[in-house]
Amino acid sequence: MPFTRHTGVAAPLVRPNIDTDTIIPSREMRTVSRSGLAAGLFAPWRYSDPDTRTENPHFVLNQGAFRQASILLAGANFGCGSSREHAVWALVESGFRVIIAPSFATIFRNNAQRNGLLTIELDGDDIERLVQWVSDDPETCPLSVDLEACTVRHDPEQQVVEFSIEPVAREMLLSGLDEIGMTEQSLHHIDAFEAQDRVKRPWVYLGQA
Amino acid sequence: MTLSERQSLLYIDRIFLHERTGSVALNGLLERDRSVRRREHAFCTMDHIVDTRPGRGDETLMPSGRDFIVATRHAAHETGIQLFDIADADQGIVHVISPELGIALPGLTLVCPDSHTCTLGGLGALAWGVGSTEAEHALATSTLRVTRPQTMRVTYTGELASGVTAKDLILFTIRELSAAGGAGYAIEFAGSAVEALSVEARLTLCNMTTELSAFTGLIAPDQKVLEYCMGRRYAPQDAVWEHASGYWQSLRSDEGANFDCEQLMDIDSLKPQLSWGTSPQHCIDWNGTIPQPADASDEDQATAWSRAQRYMEVRGGSRLADYPIDAAFIGSCTNSRLSDLRDAAAYLQRTGSRVAKGVKALCVPGSGQVKRAAEAEGLHEVFLHAGFEWREPGCSMCFFAGGESLGDGVRVISTTNRNFEGRQGLRVKTHIASPLTTVASACAGYLTADTPL
Ligand code: SF4
Repeated sequence: MPFTRHTGVAAPLVRPNIDTDTIIPSREMRTVSRSGLAAGLFAPWRYSDPDTRTENPHFVLNQGAFRQASILLAGANFGCGSSREHAVWALVESGFRVIIAPSFATIFRNNAQRNGLLTIELDGDDIERLVQWVSDDPETCPLSVDLEACTVRHDPEQQVVEFSIEPVAREMLLSGLDEIGMTEQSLHHIDAFEAQDRVKRPWVYLGQA
Repeated sequence: MTLSERQSLLYIDRIFLHERTGSVALNGLLERDRSVRRREHAFCTMDHIVDTRPGRGDETLMPSGRDFIVATRHAAHETGIQLFDIADADQGIVHVISPELGIALPGLTLVCPDSHTCTLGGLGALAWGVGSTEAEHALATSTLRVTRPQTMRVTYTGELASGVTAKDLILFTIRELSAAGGAGYAIEFAGSAVEALSVEARLTLCNMTTELSAFTGLIAPDQKVLEYCMGRRYAPQDAVWEHASGYWQSLRSDEGANFDCEQLMDIDSLKPQLSWGTSPQHCIDWNGTIPQPADASDEDQATAWSRAQRYMEVRGGSRLADYPIDAAFIGSCTNSRLSDLRDAAAYLQRTGSRVAKGVKALCVPGSGQVKRAAEAEGLHEVFLHAGFEWREPGCSMCFFAGGESLGDGVRVISTTNRNFEGRQGLRVKTHIASPLTTVASACAGYLTADTPL
């Protein structure tokens, strides 16, 4: 799905190094599919007992308007650890469209981009400002993210934070294009590359010529 | 092929899948009526979910684990890719069997939907972990769109003392650079201490570059690597071998090459490392003191340390030897190769010690080949005699997926790579270390790297 603009409640979870085991623990990945993961999102923090799904009232996503959050304000190195794309699928299935953090683990960022989840890098001070804006009254103070203008806006205060993003990533998110389909347009280049490469690196090509 | 200033379409020489995430990628292809463009370049193994108890079959203790196994087998047959199934003599942990079979080779590009794919940088392969959707892209097109990483070189000066291993070296590196210290970088490891490492030890060193959040890690291939690769099942032979090995020897950074970042580390006095917290950067010298949150450099670090110490039930200012352990685990793609098992077994033989009372100890070889080689040397008897369980190959208790665990809330010393909250089971407190430190602690009953030579 293409991403252009999104307005929603932003929840602060500003801890560094939030790893994918925490975003979706292995034991919550129960089926061979990309769905059915929302209930396991942040299970170790969201539930005081994951088995009975007893909620932990201290966890931000269990509190008031933050239950409807679609934007997450996080700490540095978000999404580190295991490469599981399930972390992105669980976030998307739970309604998240944007994650804002000082930095992201590379695999997580790549996975997010391929699933229409926007990752925005802002420095810690900017994120602190956003946290202050939304903490008072998340319901009436949502954030608006505009990928065309590359801005995060807080309407009541008329405040804007700008961000930058890799152009190819931005294009892909804006168009919502299927990447495999895009690359398939270049298959003739790939065939030509192989024909040359086979002479240079014959050991790469297993099986018959 | 260049796509933009920083993005290229890269040819992917090998794709490896496992039943945990590979099944999703293969199913994605099948659902969209796409096929694997080059089946002969794609491989799959059963390692994550499969049971490691003797006499295993498709049944596993992990809830719905059997579904993953059956679905993977089905998808592998449908797409026609080579599967190392449960009963296959070469089955094992993906990053252990990939070099063992010569599927990973120097200079090859290899991806796998698994973050520890960087292990194969130890051979000089350009290998990295991807998500399931990217794996699908690689399967369908033999290529990936890749944003060029920045480059970092970590050069070690000095030599490793005896009893200090590649695992200690990488834990120390993460401790120094932090768990985010490699973000955005491809890291080359260099220096005479690296050249002195065996190929298996180099795989251990590169294995944990993902714990630095790096894109990947690698080491320039040398004569040792060539000898290692020669004769492996999927490695070239005869004239092609000559051609390939000549090419591989040219794969090194130019004299005076420029890196975006250079790191120098002196390792002459390096001691065995042990983790005390819930991030691989929470490491100290084995006989050091656990840091006090009051001494943290900033508030974030203080909060993170307090959180970690609360979870781990350790106190700042105390020593690791103050903490008795409940279990010890030798295994995983970090430390389950023959040289790791030899290290641990040699300690048991040298000291004649046995696993301490009340400690559950497990040794899980990384592959069928490792297991057979270890048994041929009688290592399994050494482990069994000392009180270790001797298992079938797989990831086993490296991660918890709702199935088998070492027990609720227990304290474990482990040769694995992640000490995250809950990684090895509910409330389980994981301390990561080398095989030598792990076996010494298993016998002592508490955390120690006191290993008389
Ligand atoms: S051994 Fe552990 S870290 Fe390695 S691939 Fe298996 S689960 Fe992942």
